[in-house]
Amino acid sequence: MTAPRFLDAGEAALVVEFGDAVDPAINDRVLALDAALVAQAPEGVLELTPSYRSLLIQYDPLVIDRATLVALAEEATEAGEARAPGASWVVPCCYDPAVAEDLGEFAAARGLSPEKAAALHAAADWRVYCYGFAPGFAYLGGLPKALAAPRRATPRPPFPPGSVMVGGGLGAVATVPMPTGWHVVGRTPERLFALDRDPAFLLSPGDALRFEAIDANAFRSLDTRAAAGEPVARKS
Amino acid sequence: MASLEIRTAGPGCTVQDAGRRGHLRYGVTAAGPMDPLAFSVANKALGQDGEAAAIEVSLGGIELVARDAAVTVAIAGGAFSVSIEGRALPASVTLTLKPDETLRIRAGAAGAWCYLAVAGGIDVPAILGSRATHTRAGLGGFEGRALKAGDRLAIGESGRGAREPAEIVARWLDRPAKDIRVILGPQADFFAEDQIAAFFTGPWVLSPRSDRMAGFLDGPVLTHAKGHDIVSDGVVMGAVQVPGDGRPIVLMADRQPTGGYPKIATVIGPDLGRFAQIRPGAPFRFRAVTIEEAVAVRREEAARLSREVEMIPMLRTELSSEFLLGLNLIDGVVRD
Repeated sequence: MTAPRFLDAGEAALVVEFGDAVDPAINDRVLALDAALVAQAPEGVLELTPSYRSLLIQYDPLVIDRATLVALAEEATEAGEARAPGASWVVPCCYDPAVAEDLGEFAAARGLSPEKAAALHAAADWRVYCYGFAPGFAYLGGLPKALAAPRRATPRPPFPPGSVMVGGGLGAVATVPMPTGWHVVGRTPERLFALDRDPAFLLSPGDALRFEAIDANAFRSLDTRAAAGEPVARKS
Repeated sequence: MASLEIRTAGPGCTVQDAGRRGHLRYGVTAAGPMDPLAFSVANKALGQDGEAAAIEVSLGGIELVARDAAVTVAIAGGAFSVSIEGRALPASVTLTLKPDETLRIRAGAAGAWCYLAVAGGIDVPAILGSRATHTRAGLGGFEGRALKAGDRLAIGESGRGAREPAEIVARWLDRPAKDIRVILGPQADFFAEDQIAAFFTGPWVLSPRSDRMAGFLDGPVLTHAKGHDIVSDGVVMGAVQVPGDGRPIVLMADRQPTGGYPKIATVIGPDLGRFAQIRPGAPFRFRAVTIEEAVAVRREEAARLSREVEMIPMLRTELSSEFLLGLNLIDGVVRD
């Protein structure tokens, strides 16, 4: 395994970079270092932010200096503790055209029927790489090649939270209504981000995820239950 | 309970505390003040730690009225124009607003943001541990949005009495912004030597479309040595990102949590507020410093903040007798 690069994002943030690709093995190393530093909670480390291939460590340089922090990160990396396995989720997803607004157009542009595109999406093994873009917006790897598509040239108007989307080589679920360039191929009744729930964020980076196809009736009933605070995704 | 009623608010006035920490890993941006130093000074002038929620006033200005009870406030930040009931006050000041008195803050000689801290803090619900507003996500502050006419903000209990007006003396808040100090990286290696030189030569001008999310820079167009796409990674406030069009963007308090363009440099912590206070159209340059230099500046700033904020009771400053009569202080008794 190659040693990580240590890059500075100013005098109060260190980026520990394990590679430059979207790759589960690289992401695993990021998450292992994240877990080690969360457990150690060194004084002066203010916030840890794992992303695909690097860990952003924000720190107070008046409490812990860069050299000490680099040494801690090197030590934790060399110890090579494997990351504890993440959870595996089954998330209900409705591919009915009423909520899967772009599915027909999106599938046609890839030479697929909407049913085929939905089946491919529901058969894929997804991995939560990291959060970004907006609160609770998790980037999912594992998009089947047949569903790869450039994002829209112009962002489309906001769509409801729960919209299941694909764009570029990734998947995602919308959590707050924001305009994006992604394609909406389904909708989940699950609230992946709910402020009044503990935990507010259901998924953790490194978790595995599958979408389970449900029809419009099941969607309505699960949506009512989810709105009342009941989790409708389950761990497998 | 005391409250502040917003009479008028220009675009972009929000409730901010020190920021929402610890949730960037879930895609939640910290938000918080654009000028963290000015925000801290305003709170400190009221004897509060730097966490109490305050109003961040944009160039659009704000006009508000104390309701139900007196409200003690401190104002610090850019050189804004401040007045009570039409009587001019210094730009950095503490005072107690009597019920139904109107405080007006307008863009003044310099600066782009100013902070109205309140004894007891603005009492809005804490969301994920913070009262900071992130308007883009509709999170925190007053209903997750910028303030507007008719809003009524509850004020927390402070246990402090009224105070006579005093000018806040913090000349070090009057920070010239001709050069903004940065540390190169984290992705400076995406740029050839001549492009890094062009970055430091500038000069740069802040575009008027800048906001709490980002400062858009007009100046030389930079080219990338090895493409402009990187695998997205976490971004800090002050990151100078260079997208495909070669026009740098300084990511600020409401930035997206991750970014997919190379970041040529990062504004040092102590200069975030200086940068935020630059007005559109004013030219400036970036200057490289080392981490050691940046930490030394940070240490100086922390030492300054650890001392009491110096205040001069306004009887000793030059005020019109009309103004003093209005404050009922002409007898020369200064308490506090």
